[in-house]
Amino acid sequence: MSDATDRRILRQLLADPDVSNADLAERAGVTSASLWRRLDRMREAGVIQAIETRIDWRKLGYEVEVSLRFTLDKTEPRAFDDFIAAARLVPEVTEIQTFLGSVDLRLSVIARDMAHWQQIYRESILTLPHVADSDALMLVSNIKNVQALPL
Amino acid sequence: MSDRTATPDATDLAILKLLASDATRSAADIGRELQMTQPAIWRRIKRLSDAGVIAGRRISVDQTALGFGVTVFLGIRLAAKGRTSLEEFERAVTAIPEVQTVQHVLGQFDYRLRINARDIADFERILRRRIMTLPGVGQVEANVMLSEERRPGPL
Repeated sequence: MSDATDRRILRQLLADPDVSNADLAERAGVTSASLWRRLDRMREAGVIQAIETRIDWRKLGYEVEVSLRFTLDKTEPRAFDDFIAAARLVPEVTEIQTFLGSVDLRLSVIARDMAHWQQIYRESILTLPHVADSDALMLVSNIKNVQALPL
Repeated sequence: MSDRTATPDATDLAILKLLASDATRSAADIGRELQMTQPAIWRRIKRLSDAGVIAGRRISVDQTALGFGVTVFLGIRLAAKGRTSLEEFERAVTAIPEVQTVQHVLGQFDYRLRINARDIADFERILRRRIMTLPGVGQVEANVMLSEERRPGPL
């Protein structure tokens, strides 16, 4: 679906998502016109799904980030649907993932400070439906966070 | 937002909300939607970028189409803890190309990892040859990701 040139463009783009189109064309060894055409085509084909803005929540005053892991009550057929629908209504939830493994679901939740976290936890997290078990991992620091893939 | 501590106003948050899902939207386009002039929007975007609130772009790709069909989240607990072992572990784990994310966390595990593999066999290779051989690694828990949704957050 994508040829060697497309992969070269993507490898460079994922390694440095903020690269300008001029620099990206040069690094991938293509002309600007060819780069535009190929990026357009990859977006249309859905290989590139979106170009989003990364927001630094700390700069907006959100100092706390927690990874919440849930096991759901699987005797309830609508457990996943109900849980995810409810989690979407919590504004401080930034990521929702489902898993195959000992954990069913994971949420990334941000809060301004520990008092705010406690409030979110009590009012919005403990009230989520069909939870059998949960545990929390509190973020200390991001050691590595890249988008690069070994293409 | 002229200094670090100043808080963005409702218009700033509205701009962030529009840019969050599409970083390629032009100031003119955002201006039309928020009924503001293009230069006014541009000035605010520049201010948010200079303040580091806009941290950059995230390229969301179809990993399966690119041959990386398996994403696994790992929880790792170190067997022996001490300052040197943390640094040694972190240096070794960040060097693994298939590892996209490494987070130092507090709780049942010491580290959270996000790993992209071509398939389950490829993941097994990474787990055995790269992860289990990391210095100080103890208990490892793996969960294979089935779906993922990013939310706009409190904007």
